[in-house]
Amino acid sequence: MKVIFKRPESLTTTPTHYCPGCTHGIIHRLIAEVIDELNLRERAVGIAPVGCSVLAFNYFNFDFQQAAHGRAPAVATGIKRARPDLIVFTYQGDGDLASIGMSEIIHAANRGEKFTVVFINNAIYGMTGGQMAPTTMPGQVTTTSPRGRDVNDVGYPIRMCELLASLRTPGFVERVTVHNPKGVTNARRALKQAFTYQKDNVCFTFVEFLSTCPTNWGLSPIQATKWLEENMLPYYPVKNFKTPAGAEAKDAG
Amino acid sequence: MAKKAKVTIEKNRCKGCELCVNYCPKQVLAMSKEINDKGYFFAQVVNQDACIACRFCGMMCPDCAIEIAVEEPSVQEVKGDG
Amino acid sequence: MAKILMKGNEAIAESAIRAGGLCYFGYPITPQSEIAEYLAHRMPEVGGVFLQIESEVAVANCLYGAAGAGARAWTSSSSPGISLMMEGVSYIAASELPCVIVNIVRCGPGLGGILPSQGDYFQAVKGGGHGDYRCLVLAPSSVQEAVDLMPLAFDRADRYRNPVIVVGDGMIGQMMEPVEFKEQEFPPLPSKDWATTGCKGRKPNVINSLYLDPVMEEKLNFKLAGKYEQMKGKEVRFEEYRTDRDTDCLLVAYGTTARVCKTAIQRLDEEKIRVGLLRPITLFPFPEDKVFELSKRAGFVMSVEMSTGQMVEDVRLSIGRTKPVYFFGRAGGMVPSPEEVVEVVKSHIGVKK
Repeated sequence: MKVIFKRPESLTTTPTHYCPGCTHGIIHRLIAEVIDELNLRERAVGIAPVGCSVLAFNYFNFDFQQAAHGRAPAVATGIKRARPDLIVFTYQGDGDLASIGMSEIIHAANRGEKFTVVFINNAIYGMTGGQMAPTTMPGQVTTTSPRGRDVNDVGYPIRMCELLASLRTPGFVERVTVHNPKGVTNARRALKQAFTYQKDNVCFTFVEFLSTCPTNWGLSPIQATKWLEENMLPYYPVKNFKTPAGAEAKDAG
Repeated sequence: MAKKAKVTIEKNRCKGCELCVNYCPKQVLAMSKEINDKGYFFAQVVNQDACIACRFCGMMCPDCAIEIAVEEPSVQEVKGDG
Repeated sequence: MAKILMKGNEAIAESAIRAGGLCYFGYPITPQSEIAEYLAHRMPEVGGVFLQIESEVAVANCLYGAAGAGARAWTSSSSPGISLMMEGVSYIAASELPCVIVNIVRCGPGLGGILPSQGDYFQAVKGGGHGDYRCLVLAPSSVQEAVDLMPLAFDRADRYRNPVIVVGDGMIGQMMEPVEFKEQEFPPLPSKDWATTGCKGRKPNVINSLYLDPVMEEKLNFKLAGKYEQMKGKEVRFEEYRTDRDTDCLLVAYGTTARVCKTAIQRLDEEKIRVGLLRPITLFPFPEDKVFELSKRAGFVMSVEMSTGQMVEDVRLSIGRTKPVYFFGRAGGMVPSPEEVVEVVKSHIGVKK
């Protein structure tokens, strides 16, 4: 029998500490699959955020750096500028990237730093126990919005892809979802495209993953996928927002 | 042409999220009645012959608990982004 | 080689390049922006990395990333910018990464002013960021000495895998003095096999400071403490001026203030008042043994600083209550004059004008 699906080499066998049904696990695997497929493991450097995935370096089989909260794009800039031959990516949640790290991500994108950003949008702060995030939906109940997010008080959720795509500097900006197999397949394609652009030294690449947080949403993993589909997809459309014009990258598809 | 597909689930990696069971189009999988070493009810294969090797279960598993193999690799080699 | 007249900031930048500091991230802030400007021009000439990044918060994290990937990364800033870097410096120290940070100190606190000060002593020497770590701190008192200390800074940063802070002030940064760039030799350094350079042919490296297990975290803390003990044993540097005699007063001063004190000592000599100066060159590790030794031959000790009194605490720690310790300082960018120092010394001796 031929194995057609198994754990990719770039993922360690260490069981993860993530909650049951947490999409971090799926996304970690997609990154590992793409890195394996493009043969980048021996030059890859990942940057772990502060958030549920703070221990991401335990799950990947290549070099990693731990970054302070929100600072991963600056750490990535440091690595990539010092060693442009390395394949560098950040892995950041919505607090890390869209709250405390807002300055770092916008400027890295604007400078067109040639690393890849994996942005995990689950509309909540997971690790710290379910507080409101910049991406929390209007009316969504969290521990710091117990009456639901009031847009008259704290504004609307931030759409990072749309924000970054508005920058003049070329880049690859795409939003995907992993709440069902169709989404996962599309997400893999987008991620592979992003890493291919990096491999070919083309541009800044950013992939936003709509993700579930069953524990802090108070739902089962299956219910959480439905909540994402009904509540997040209409506000955060899955699509490509920007590709570099005249990109030299080989077709990843 | 029927092919033989084999889904293997490493029960102690499973956290009982049920995503694989939910997304399998052929009811190959179901949740067990016993618990594994972590205390989770785990997913298991209950109808291997119905499997069409779509790999939805593997794709949705966050814990790399699932491995899928097929006979006739020359026909069934499906790339992930194809 | 012939000496050239250079502005302090630019000389520091040139010396860093010659020492292999080829990876610079910075942000403009008075009075040290000339360092970034000089490097913007010069780094491409030597094939190094220059990047003006969006804030000093980002600077510290760029240093972390680049150092983690094996580069000789460095930056320069001034007091408020250094404050912003403190989170990153704590991470750098905890992750055992090398870097060099030049602080051209301006007056504070807060936005303060742009004139010289020595008000960042505590920040540099006692930690600055959170947690149990120290930085090796070097304090030049002339442009030439700043030039000479940069290669040492980079060597020690790599050798100890720790941040090294070079503390100047606006005078040293802005004034022009003749300098020469001398080749310096250092013993070989171990290879950076811990860096994230891509895991080909080896197990993956992880640069990290998170240790949720208290056993591991305590181990790290005491490992770092061990480094600082080593520094105390091997890295103390100072200059003595007119201390080869019994003195009425031992002055302790560093940087620009030390030069003022030397002039004051010459004036006091004319009045037959014997004063000596101990000039720390390393602020951490502080030359506590030397201060104590010299204090025994002095009537009293006085710390002179461009602050309201920071190093004086380390002077007191060094000698306990064995001799009176006084302090004289100017702040806000006011630089003490030799005449003022003379008057204060005399007032403590009880000499009427």
